[in-house]
Formats: sequence, structure tokens, C-alpha cells
Amino acid sequence: MVTRSYMSRREVEQQSFSLAVAVLVPVGAILLQVLLPRLLPSLAILDLPLIVTLFFAVSRRSPIAGTATGATIGLLQDVITTQPIGVNGMAKAVVGYAAASLGSRIDVDNTATRAILMFGFSLLQSALLYLIERRLLGIRGFQILWLHELLRAAVNTLVAIPIFLLLDHARRRE
Amino acid sequence: MEFLIRFKNPLFLLAVLLIQALALAVQVRTPVDPSAPDGGGVRLIRMWATSTVTPFERAASAIGSGLHNAWADYVDLRHVRQQNLALQRQLTRMRIEQAAIVEDALEGKRLQAMLGFRERYVGSTVAAQVIGASGSEQSHVLTIDKGSRDGLRPDMPVITQDGVVGKLRDVFPTTAQVLEIDDQTSGAGVILESTRIRAILSGTTAGGVQIDNLTADSRIKPGEQVLTSGGDQVYPRGLPVGTVVSIAPDPHHQPYTAIVVRPTVDLDRVEEVLVITGTQSDLPTDVQQDLTAAQAQHAAALSAERLPGIYDDQPQPAATANGATPPPSPAPGATVPTPVPHPLPILHPDRFTSGSTPAASELTPGGPNTPQSTTPPGSQPDGQKSPSPQPQPPE
Repeated sequence: MVTRSYMSRREVEQQSFSLAVAVLVPVGAILLQVLLPRLLPSLAILDLPLIVTLFFAVSRRSPIAGTATGATIGLLQDVITTQPIGVNGMAKAVVGYAAASLGSRIDVDNTATRAILMFGFSLLQSALLYLIERRLLGIRGFQILWLHELLRAAVNTLVAIPIFLLLDHARRRE
Repeated sequence: MEFLIRFKNPLFLLAVLLIQALALAVQVRTPVDPSAPDGGGVRLIRMWATSTVTPFERAASAIGSGLHNAWADYVDLRHVRQQNLALQRQLTRMRIEQAAIVEDALEGKRLQAMLGFRERYVGSTVAAQVIGASGSEQSHVLTIDKGSRDGLRPDMPVITQDGVVGKLRDVFPTTAQVLEIDDQTSGAGVILESTRIRAILSGTTAGGVQIDNLTADSRIKPGEQVLTSGGDQVYPRGLPVGTVVSIAPDPHHQPYTAIVVRPTVDLDRVEEVLVITGTQSDLPTDVQQDLTAAQAQHAAALSAERLPGIYDDQPQPAATANGATPPPSPAPGATVPTPVPHPLPILHPDRFTSGSTPAASELTPGGPNTPQSTTPPGSQPDGQKSPSPQPQPPE
């Protein structure tokens, strides 16, 4: 008896999004990231651009598209802060590349897998930001509180799961 | 060619990283003009991005303010009368305190004049509404709804009634970015209030504020107030910045200490700010009027203390409907009639106390001294009668 997988390879390769979704969702995430901490300062722990980067990267399953998506979202995030332009761009480009590479190898539609990916890539981004700030830019006083980063990863994971489920409806399968 | 096709993915990633690394290298060059931390191209990109985001921030801010004002002005009015009374009492108390310190202020001004020291006072300010933030824990920046068209320029200090918020970083035509004092790239010259030690305050990567250029000094204690020193040519002297929370050796920066400071302003909840657009060497006119009035009030109070009054019981000012005494509002330069203070109540009367000696007509020549009561009749409060001796039962 031939068993059929949940999704054929052709379907995997051809998952895509409409232009409106591909543009508006990242822009909306960046806007919300700016607005939400004004309502509640502790919401600054969220990283909605990272969640969106991860979703598009693992959904498209193309490392080039993942890199481009991550770099674009990260650069947009940089220009509205005082950080040098490129700090988040580099970190999210690496995250997008790695997530897309993983997305073509494992089943990323599983909720548990998504949670593990989100948690891991959140920590990866923290490590990348530390390397960029401390080593590349040479900011001597830059420190990272790993307990806080673990908390941030956990919170973002909790928030990412429903967002992923919501964004699943925006997928366009050809 | 085959190599490029085979490794196109990692090569693309490398290219993207390389371009951004080069862009970072260009940006982190030491800026020529300290008031323009970004180069022209970067500033332009930031202005475009800010211009894109600002309309949404304005809309969200307007909606939020509208809802908050509707709730605060029409619904949530509990305890307003009590707050009003408390504020009136506070105002009265502060006027008295102002009168008390006016002598010190005048003496300070005289000494400054003798030394040729030119103090800079806040001359003009522009009020602005906070409409946005950076949304990142690594960058502590606020966006305000005033820009270069309102006369703002980079490096202007931004304050609230509680103290220092930060300074302007990028100023665009209709908006501006405020670099908060807890941003990791922020810095300010400060002075510790009681020890008069000058230091440099800077933000930390964790979003805190600390002084890290001082060696261990036993005089610095938690609770000490931190003020701007004016030495950085940005913040006027004497603005409250924060309070020392803790002092500990800095393990990454020996032999210096890490003095953690809690800002006086709640930087996470700043709604409205004042941008200091100008300073002047003289006190502002309204402050001078206040000072003159306080000086006159203080002089009148001194005269009343030293000279006997003709009228012992002057009429008290009429109480308002809610029972609070209206605060005095003297005209500048006018002598304010101050009621003669009554003597304080006697806590421990003795035989020398006025009124405790019987009249001469009641005294009997050669008679024994009348024992003086240590407590005038009626002076004890109710419920505190001295116990009368009880008769002892016969044994």
C-alpha cells in the first residue's frame, strides 16, 4: 500500500503568498512593534518582525527568499531606531537563511516543531546581535542577559504559535 | 559557473552580509559633527522611514489620547476633590518653603555675581507630545510631534516636570527623535547633590542608567540625588536626573564602580515633554516675579517675628467653600501684611510660666507658698486625668 505524505514535494516547493500579504504583513509587524510598547512598555520584549521573518522563511523554503526577507525586515527595523543600519538586517538575514534551509528538510507545519524553531531562532538572533554589537561594532559595554533572552524566546514562542496559525490562511497554493 | 549555481544560496547570504557589514563600517566612523550622529545618506533613509511610520503613530496616539481623555475627564473622576485639597495644601506648604529658601537663593546669586559665574537658566521651551517609540529593547528612542519647523534642533535637552528625559537626536521637519538617557549611546554630565562629585551618566545595554567613571568613594550612598552639572553643554545645570540606587565594583571596568541610578522620570510612560529651546543668563521673568514676591513675603514674616504687633488678633483670611485657606497672592514688590504669629502652646508649664502666679491681693503675708500646679487646670486632654490617691484600707 502506497502511503501518501501530507504534502507532496511539488506543493512544498510552490507555497507562496500574494504580494499584498508579502508586503503588508512585515510592514504591519514593524508598525505594531513600534506601537505596542507605547501601550504597554513590557511588550517591547516581543519581536514581531522575527516571528514574521521566521514564518515566511520556513513557508517559502527558499534560502535566498528567506535571506532577502530577513534582511529587508531587519533593515526596516534598524532605520526606525538609533542603531546603525544593518545590525538587525544581518542577524535576521542569517535567521531567514537558516530557517528556510531547515524548512525544506523538516515538517514545519507541526506546532511543536514550530515552537522549537521559534525558541531556537530567537536565541540564535540574540547570539548574533551580541556578536555584531560586541565584536563587529566593538561596543565594549554591550552585555547580554541570557536569562532575559530565554524569557524573551519563551514569550515570543507563545505569541508566534497563534500568529503562525493565523498566517497559514494567507498561504496561496498553486 | 557551476560553482555559483551549486552554492548560490550561501553565496547570496554572504553577499548580503558583506554589503551590510560594509554599510556598518561606513556608519560607525567617528562623526565629524557631534550634533549630526548619522551621515547624510543614513539620515535621509531614517527620515523616509520615520515619515512613513509617523502617520500611523500619530493616528494611534490620537486614538489612545482621545480614549484616555474621555475616560479620565468624564468617567474616572473619583477622589478628584481630595486630590484638589491635597494639592492646595501642598501649594501652601511649598510657598512657605519657597519663602524659607529665598534668602539662600539670593545669597547664592550674590556670590555668583562676585565670582563672575554666569549661570544658565531655562529660557524658552516647546511642549511636545510623544507619539512613538523605537519598539526595541536595544534602542530607547521616543518620537515627538514637533520638529525643525517648531524651532527644534539636534542636541536640545528634553525634560518633564520630574526631570531629564534625554536630548534630541534626529530632527525632521515635523517630528523629532528623543534619545533617552537610558539608551546605550546616551551620556550626560552630572553632579551628585550632597557630595558635589562630578561624573558622567550613561545608559546601559539593559536599559538602565549608571555612572561608571568613578572610583570607590565611601561618601556616595544610595538615595543621593543626581543632578545635571551643565558641563556637557547640553543640559542646563541643576535639573534632576535620578537617585542613586546601588554602588558596586564594576567587574568589567576595574578599579571603577558601577553606580546604578534610577531616573526621576518614568521613561517608559512619558506622554508629554518640554524641549528646552533656549537658555538665558538671567532668571525668567515669571520666576523673577515669584522670587520678588517670596522675598517680600519672607521680609514681612521676619518683621512680624521681630517687632511687636499692634493688633493681637488679626482677622484670618476667609476660608473657601471647601474649607481650604486660599493661598496668598502678593503683587510683585508689594509689602504683604502678615499676621503676627501667636506663641506656641506651653508644653511643660512651671512656676515661672506666665499666669501661674496668684495675684498679690490673694497672697497672705507670712503665709506658706502655695504649691504650684505643674499642669494648669483644663490643660489636660480628656481621658488623661491624673489619678487621685486612693485611701488605703486599714490593716
